[in-house]
Amino acid sequence: MAPSRRAWSSRPRERRGRRDPLTNGTEASGEPLIDVRDVHYAIGAHTVFSGLNVRIARGSVTAVMGPSGTGKTTLLRLIMGQVLPQSGRISVFGQDVPSLRRPQLFALRQRVGMLFQNGALLTGMSVFDNVAFPVREHARLPEPVLRELVLMKLQAVGLRGAAQLMPSELSGGMARRVALARAIVMDPEVLLYDEPFVGLDPISKGVILRLIQSLNRALKITSVLVSHDVAEINLIADRTYLIAGGTVVAEGTPAELKQDTSGVVQQFISGAPDGPVPFHYPASDYYTQLLER
Amino acid sequence: MPTFLARQSPVLSGLIKLGAVTRFLMRVLGQTVPSLNHPRLLIEQIYNAGARSLVIIMLCGLFVGMVLGLQGYDLLARFGSESALGVAAALGLIRELGPVLTALLFAGRAGTALASEIGLMGATDQLTAMEMMAVDPVRYVVAPRFLGGFIAMPLLTGIFNCVGIYGTQLIGVVMMRIPAGTFWSQLVNAVELRDIREGFIKSLVFGVTCSLVAVYEGYYAVPTAEGVGLATTRTVVTSAVLILMLDYILTAMFL
Repeated sequence: MAPSRRAWSSRPRERRGRRDPLTNGTEASGEPLIDVRDVHYAIGAHTVFSGLNVRIARGSVTAVMGPSGTGKTTLLRLIMGQVLPQSGRISVFGQDVPSLRRPQLFALRQRVGMLFQNGALLTGMSVFDNVAFPVREHARLPEPVLRELVLMKLQAVGLRGAAQLMPSELSGGMARRVALARAIVMDPEVLLYDEPFVGLDPISKGVILRLIQSLNRALKITSVLVSHDVAEINLIADRTYLIAGGTVVAEGTPAELKQDTSGVVQQFISGAPDGPVPFHYPASDYYTQLLER
Repeated sequence: MPTFLARQSPVLSGLIKLGAVTRFLMRVLGQTVPSLNHPRLLIEQIYNAGARSLVIIMLCGLFVGMVLGLQGYDLLARFGSESALGVAAALGLIRELGPVLTALLFAGRAGTALASEIGLMGATDQLTAMEMMAVDPVRYVVAPRFLGGFIAMPLLTGIFNCVGIYGTQLIGVVMMRIPAGTFWSQLVNAVELRDIREGFIKSLVFGVTCSLVAVYEGYYAVPTAEGVGLATTRTVVTSAVLILMLDYILTAMFL
């Protein structure tokens, strides 16, 4: 069966405001905040995940790593309920994400922030309005209070002075920081980062790295980072999952992964071009193909 | 199974597409009232689809009216009925040419702009970002654009008709020396409310059609440069075919 995007029907609007986790009866203490169990997901004939298991503890910084095309971003989309698995269980805050109806899913998403690889800023709005957007949609805050809140978040990412700029006037690193300010403006309990370091210069990388660390420490936000930047991940991750071939091939702290002797882990950490993850896409014999007419 | 069958039969493929568009329309209509919580968005879209199309609509209306004046005068002069030029042009514009040409121009200017804008928003993850922020993009992006196009179309049609009649008057009265009193009095006496109603209903139907095609193609565009380009092309082609087809059906119903 082909994977299905959620078939949205017009249903009552989602409840405004955030849920109080203490009053959420489905959330049991001691369980991981995000629990992905035995998930199978395929796009047409291409299997992305087969039996994927990932458990993310509250307050931790968890990295999901793996070669390009292994489905790291797809994992974030599964966690957010944007795509549905063929089988398996995905639980966030104790709620089974694939079975949630749209209003429940939207309520859950208000507790989760997501940083997109390209920032995904709304191009028709200024930086200020981009950051204010989720608050304006979900909370009826008076404009002066909203202004203070947005300026506070922009100050946190160092871009208060860019509040009136348009997204087209920002560099890649600045856009990523604005997107981060937008992701944290609703004070989420979980932040999902999709390739936060890609395409950034060393200074911008350092800034984003420091911001992720400080958000995790100061606000106790549970962070999930999808990345293949080994050096950066080793600096901040409490636990790392290495995905290849549709499943988790290694997991542990960065130090434990360094000690792992398996071929895939060593190839990934050392950046070797060939190994268990082949350099060449599967093809017929090169010499034979050259002689073919 | 349906995909497999659709590949075998163009009729079935068309029916599946029709079902998908109808379902999308229901979804958009369901979000139109909630989208009114943001009146600024709707006003922006009426401005984008309507006010920004004004120049092209007025220019085309003027020339269409002038061509009608020239052709109509030449034809009517053969029967010695030049004084009926105003009536012929006004009825032709109000009942037929006004709604159809405005809709075709709308599809070419505003429709393509809508489809490419929404398509690019999809390609740059802006729609996904809204979903992730628990904001329905159909409510925030699609519904105001659909409503804006729907409201702008009859207004543009009215302006096209007025400018068109003015163009005919320029040719008939100023150039061909038909007495202005004759031109206008015959026009006022001959044009009835039902003629205006026919044109108005057509413009409403074309407004729904053009706006729906544009937002549907944009929303479901493949998120690549080529995909957005194809969606824009499909918007113009589909809108044009549907406008002419629906025009025939509506004209047959009104006569």
